[in-house]
Amino acid sequence: MIRKTSWIVLGAVAALLLAAQQSDVIIKLEKGERAAIAVPDLRGSGEAQQYMGAFNETLWNDLQSAGIFKMVPKSLYWTQVPRVPQDFRPQPAMPQRTSAASNVRPNAQGLWLSDWSGPPVSANYLAFGYTGAEAGQIVLRGWLYNVGQSDFSNAQVFGKTYLAPLGEEGARKIAHDFATDILQQFGAVSLTGTRIYFTSQRSRGVKEIWSMDPDGSNPKQLTFYKSLSIMPAVSPDGTRLAFTSFARGNPDIFVLSLETGRRLPFYNEVSSVTETPEFTPDGKQVLFASAVSGWTQIYIANVDGSGMRRMTYSNSIDVEPKVNPKTGTDIAFVSGRSGPPQIYRMSMLGTDVARLTTGEGDAVNPAWHPDGQHLAFSWTRGYAPGNYNIFVMDVATRQYVQLTHGAGRNEHPSWAPDGRHMVFSSNRSGSLQIWTMLADGTQLQQLTTQGANTQPVWGKH
Amino acid sequence: MNKRKISAVLLSVSLMLFAAGCKKKVPPPPPPPPPAPAPVAPPPAKPSIQFSAEPATIERGQSSTLRWQVSDATDIGIAPQVGTVSARGERQVSPSDTTTYTLTAKGPGGTETGTATVTVTVPPPPPPPPAPPQKSLSELLSSEVQDAYFDFDKSDIREDARVALTTDAEALKRIFGEIPDAVVVIQGNCDERGSAEYNLALGDRRATSAKDFLVQLGVPADKLKTVSFGKEKPVCSEATEECWQRNRHVHFAPAQ
Repeated sequence: MIRKTSWIVLGAVAALLLAAQQSDVIIKLEKGERAAIAVPDLRGSGEAQQYMGAFNETLWNDLQSAGIFKMVPKSLYWTQVPRVPQDFRPQPAMPQRTSAASNVRPNAQGLWLSDWSGPPVSANYLAFGYTGAEAGQIVLRGWLYNVGQSDFSNAQVFGKTYLAPLGEEGARKIAHDFATDILQQFGAVSLTGTRIYFTSQRSRGVKEIWSMDPDGSNPKQLTFYKSLSIMPAVSPDGTRLAFTSFARGNPDIFVLSLETGRRLPFYNEVSSVTETPEFTPDGKQVLFASAVSGWTQIYIANVDGSGMRRMTYSNSIDVEPKVNPKTGTDIAFVSGRSGPPQIYRMSMLGTDVARLTTGEGDAVNPAWHPDGQHLAFSWTRGYAPGNYNIFVMDVATRQYVQLTHGAGRNEHPSWAPDGRHMVFSSNRSGSLQIWTMLADGTQLQQLTTQGANTQPVWGKH
Repeated sequence: MNKRKISAVLLSVSLMLFAAGCKKKVPPPPPPPPPAPAPVAPPPAKPSIQFSAEPATIERGQSSTLRWQVSDATDIGIAPQVGTVSARGERQVSPSDTTTYTLTAKGPGGTETGTATVTVTVPPPPPPPPAPPQKSLSELLSSEVQDAYFDFDKSDIREDARVALTTDAEALKRIFGEIPDAVVVIQGNCDERGSAEYNLALGDRRATSAKDFLVQLGVPADKLKTVSFGKEKPVCSEATEECWQRNRHVHFAPAQ
């Protein structure tokens, strides 16, 4: 029933975007049925076994959160699971394919390919293998099999050996690596190695910038100003972090090296407010909003703040400039020039200004999809002020879909480098936390629990 | 044998002592005193004076006691102030400054003087009465300068803010008169509903609008700074219009 409803929603999304004549990842995401994959728990020999809990959890989560598979529940698996390809038993030439209702279907308790392709597992793919400990290393032999193949010799998709230092961290690493290779077979980009940057409040009146892995693990505090350091932005090469900080009194822009943790020079013109920094796709310039001339307007400058140039001229608030990552030639931003804040776009010269949202509600937090054709943003359309939901718009047609539906306040969408996932902040759990979801609004996952966390940005590194 | 030897020694010792006592001689009698001289009439004695001040050191306003005893005098006076006195007496004095009293005694044997000094110390002046309490800038601002409030997503000065800021302008001018080096920062704030990014700019507009209004009313512009906290420093956090209104305000604080 739930499945049916979600397919209707997905169908509507696909139809809407197809109507926009866009062939984009959102549509790809919904096209066809997802491949079903069975991922039984792998076992380890000797010292490796103690880390297999972490390994199996990581492998499962990576494959599940990729959002391209139907994960077959482990409860449906056979008691016997092959550890190596040699464990498979040759199958009768003509396996009797009976209906799912029949419980007399011959099987080999998990050691025939058809045990995995037929009911109740009904998988298309099986990931299996084993680990062992060797000279301080944890070694994984992992295979992916297409279990729908009738000819066993064609079933192997790949088999590979992985090594990492023996320990829980190493176990998670080889699980990430194995998952990355599996995902690659399906054209999916692994998010392993990417980081999510965000603002975290863990003590009263203090906000600092943190980063974490896409599954919420390995959180790391990056700023230590004991002030309000907010609105992070990451350079495309992952070496620099820009943010807005009150550490010097009035809010202005700081830039840190993510390699050394040190402050890099950034010249701020004297202004009561300088905020919302964003790197250009080539990493050579920074856009931001400054009140240096009165109303807060959009400016562009070199990465050290020199050569500042004004881009907007309005008698209103203009903030949150975001450069199209694909073209590098147009900018989405937020402006109050027509009343409540709305999403606008303009050229890098500040010309061809056009409003993208309808003028209803408050529309803020534009975030370009890696394809440069779609924008995610937060909008109160249809809700009271402050009750934001995440929307995605096809910029060419201005058609949009709503991904969240009134569960708390949902803001600050930011796309994952794979273009399929999105991170955002929501207070739906009762406090402000970071969540991820797929581009169709499904597969919600809460990443943070400590303190109050917001303004996530998904960095490639 | 031994007993007999000891008694022989004792006997000889006592005999020797006896013999020595018999040798002591009696001293000769002193010579007779010379004959007394013939009596002569003595000259009249000079006056003798005992004169003191007790205590010798007083604080201004306290008193000291002069005591004197004079013999062989017929005319006794103490200066300054005291005047003629009898041969024996005491008098309380309260000189306002250190004073040396001189007692002059005249008698048939001549004139003698004695002095007694009363040292007067000046007590340290009492601490000045406490100055009227000087209020600090932050006290003055919180007691005399009120917040001004705004509509949602607006930075215009509405009617109630106009009234508040007009009163504030007079108070600020008075405060800058009292504390010439004071600088005040106008803090712009927003309710939680707008985005953090937009609200940081909106709070800046509210602070700037309030500053412009005050400057128009004659408050020196160089005494007023602005800062926006957006929605980062709310005074309350309930999702009610009452709380939202409280957070849509400008507040006045001493500049750092």
